[in-house]
Amino acid sequence: MGAYIVRRLLQSIIVIIGVTLVSFLALQAGGDPTYLFVSERASAEEIESTRRALGFDRPLHEQYLSFVGDLARGDFGQSLSYRQPAMEIVLDALPATIELTLFSMILALLLAIPFGVLAAINRGTAWDGSITTMSMLGQSIPSFWMGIMMILFFGLYIRLFPISGNVPFLKPLIAGDFGTAFSNLPRTIYHLVLPGIAVGTYSLARNTRLVRSSLLEVLEPDYVRTARSKGIPELRVLVHHALRNAWLPVVTIVGLEFGFLLGGVVVVETVFSYPGIGRLLFAAINQRDIPLVQAGVILLASIFILLNLLVDLIYVRLDPRVKLTGGRG
Amino acid sequence: MSEIEVGVAAYGDVRGSGWRSELQRASRVMVAARWPVLAVAFLLFAAIAAVFGGWLAPFDPNRQNLVLRLADPMTSGPDGGVFLLGSDALGRDVFSRLLYGARVSLTVGFAAITVGGTIGITAGLLSGYFGGWLDDLIMRLGDIQLAFPFILLAIMFLVVLGSGVWNLIIVLGIGQWVTYARIVRADTLSLREKEFVEAARAMGDSTFSIIFRTILPNILAPLTVIASFNVASVILSEAALSFLGLGVPPEVPTWGSMLAESRDTLVANKWWLAVFPGVAIMLTVLSFNILGDWLRDFLDPRLRERT
Repeated sequence: MGAYIVRRLLQSIIVIIGVTLVSFLALQAGGDPTYLFVSERASAEEIESTRRALGFDRPLHEQYLSFVGDLARGDFGQSLSYRQPAMEIVLDALPATIELTLFSMILALLLAIPFGVLAAINRGTAWDGSITTMSMLGQSIPSFWMGIMMILFFGLYIRLFPISGNVPFLKPLIAGDFGTAFSNLPRTIYHLVLPGIAVGTYSLARNTRLVRSSLLEVLEPDYVRTARSKGIPELRVLVHHALRNAWLPVVTIVGLEFGFLLGGVVVVETVFSYPGIGRLLFAAINQRDIPLVQAGVILLASIFILLNLLVDLIYVRLDPRVKLTGGRG
Repeated sequence: MSEIEVGVAAYGDVRGSGWRSELQRASRVMVAARWPVLAVAFLLFAAIAAVFGGWLAPFDPNRQNLVLRLADPMTSGPDGGVFLLGSDALGRDVFSRLLYGARVSLTVGFAAITVGGTIGITAGLLSGYFGGWLDDLIMRLGDIQLAFPFILLAIMFLVVLGSGVWNLIIVLGIGQWVTYARIVRADTLSLREKEFVEAARAMGDSTFSIIFRTILPNILAPLTVIASFNVASVILSEAALSFLGLGVPPEVPTWGSMLAESRDTLVANKWWLAVFPGVAIMLTVLSFNILGDWLRDFLDPRLRERT
């Protein structure tokens, strides 16, 4: 167990180093990065002095080492458009993104279980058919289009939900202002409904299929048949014997889920003018604000990696069958 | 027999002498299932639009008409033509742009899995056949990539490299290789010890020939399933990146960029600009997903666990 944790920790550190290497190389991949930092009308001397000031005239490995050194000290460089430390801006937008991601993750997990169970225990019937078809459809709709359609319908046609912005909950909470945080909460959720559904649909559809197929697998084995033949009520068989074994694969994907949701979050935030990291990244992309893009990408990737590490460690505790040397099976 | 061997045995027949009857069985199963037929029909339609879009489109997709901006669907356009699906904020025909958009989506989809598949299959073959440090290196590289949310990687590179079909294909292709490498590696590991591979080795075939002529043809079938699902997810990613403005240059119409442009006129309720490109993406992705499902069930139901 201890050896496994150390191994996974080391692995995560290597991956995070990989992330910094990739974000460093991405900057170099387009040729001399100096041109991203100067205006188009800059004179040759200006370009040369910027190159020197930013250290782009040094050999690559030296540049990388000082890049990593700066990161380790929490210095992600100055945002080109905000003229502020990039990490500060990204961290400021992080709570809103966490709210949106958590909301859609909860949505995707909570609804997937009843849908998946319903389809599995009614295998081959109209229930199963329509749920399977819906989840096939849900996996084929781009999240941002889902968002646009909901803006058209719920926001503009029946005017039921707000179509942009957010009401912060985590931000006042972190600041210690519990009164504001909890009085905000209903409106926070109200603003999260549309973007949350847009981000969560794909995961909901995938999880539903996963719950269905993993339940179908455990409904077969002998211990379920034995439980049934002993005359144990069907619902009890389902909850105590089958579901208990079916939810392990579901736990596995919770960590990976974040990565899937992230893809949606980046675009959906833009659709709903939701002030999180996604919209920030979108603006930074359009303004070629590389330090801001780097800070956002490295922060999100690190959260993703640490979450996966956490899930792996929880998983080992949950399922004694997991081979400690080989990771999850 | 292990699961993999059963799989190999099951699809091994496809390339045997009975391929004609297999083909008949395939089409029978497809017709019985109904949905795959519709999927194939739609994909054929999309492929025709992609190849012959230039002839089929009623208008030049980039021809602006500032008098006929934001025309409703079915209004008459210039030169006696009709804006079947309306016109956009610059008076360009939405239907013609949709037809051209199929070209980008399908080209990028297929080219990206060709790139990803080639890298992944080669890496998997080498990894499985030689094992040792090469295997370790390739598989750890794959682990690292999977631990990195792909969309962020794509954004990072496209921001710096700039937009363009080729950059899009390369980035999306590299995003896919690990899946292929893992499956090919597992199959290669089990085939490496088989009699017919032993025989080829005993006959003095070169290692290159053993890997690419003896082993490769026997592991291709299940990859078609992965490829089908992959095209679907690549097209979704392409649409998202185009939507973010990271796709192809702005003068090339794509479904994703059409949706991005539709946001400005959303509040004015110009619904057709937002609805039709999305429907096109959804139907294409759905068709590839249905096709993948059918292929998997047809080739080997056991693959269900791996995809």
